[in-house]
Amino acid sequence: MSSTFEALAEIISETSDIPMGDITPEKNAFTDLGIDSLDFLDIAFAVDKHFGIKIPIETWTEEMNDGNASVDDYFLLSRLSERIDELVAVKNS
Amino acid sequence: MHLEYFQMIDTISTINRETGKIDAIANVPDKSTIFEGHFPTHPLLPGVLLIETMAQASGYLLLDRLEFELMPFLVAVSEAKLRTFVEPGTVLNIEAEIIHDGSGFAVSKAEVTSAGKRICNARLTFRIMPFPKDELRQEMLKRYKEIYPSGDQS
Repeated sequence: MSSTFEALAEIISETSDIPMGDITPEKNAFTDLGIDSLDFLDIAFAVDKHFGIKIPIETWTEEMNDGNASVDDYFLLSRLSERIDELVAVKNS
Repeated sequence: MHLEYFQMIDTISTINRETGKIDAIANVPDKSTIFEGHFPTHPLLPGVLLIETMAQASGYLLLDRLEFELMPFLVAVSEAKLRTFVEPGTVLNIEAEIIHDGSGFAVSKAEVTSAGKRICNARLTFRIMPFPKDELRQEMLKRYKEIYPSGDQS
């Protein structure tokens, strides 16, 4: 597992009180782990702070609402981890 | 403070847009129907209203920052500590600071003091959303101008 995923899993575990063992890359934050949109704000806050990025929640939500992306595209934890890496890469470029 | 109207902030002293900080003042009234129940013969400002006071100070700071284009709604209160009882007639100083500007949300850290003594503090999370109606935007702007006449929102 990548260090990004490990950091993400720790954040999810701490903010949402979910055992680390339950947080695996193939899980969807919302549909598998039961995180709701309010819980996700805490996660986004912690992720933004940890990685020095700004998760574009509004853009992602708009894309999902418009049918241009699925929940898995952004919130499957392996994909979320990849998105975070992309945002970090953009920040560092 | 007009407790019955949920107008907690009397005066905004300063808003610093560069640092994302606000200083405000709230005068706890000597009399209010709220004190008749909280508590009979022993009036104290309810802790939830102290939380609301910190939320409103943070809210005006965000509204100013957002130029009244979007509305912050309180959605989470974290690490709240109510440290000291507040009696009628107390003058409260409120400081709030935006500690995170997220996508569609913001997080503030707020503290209330009185005569240099810490009253309460909390971390507050707001969802930033479109105003549900323009009348609300107008009302918020009107109140902002009343309590912050030196502010420059038009």
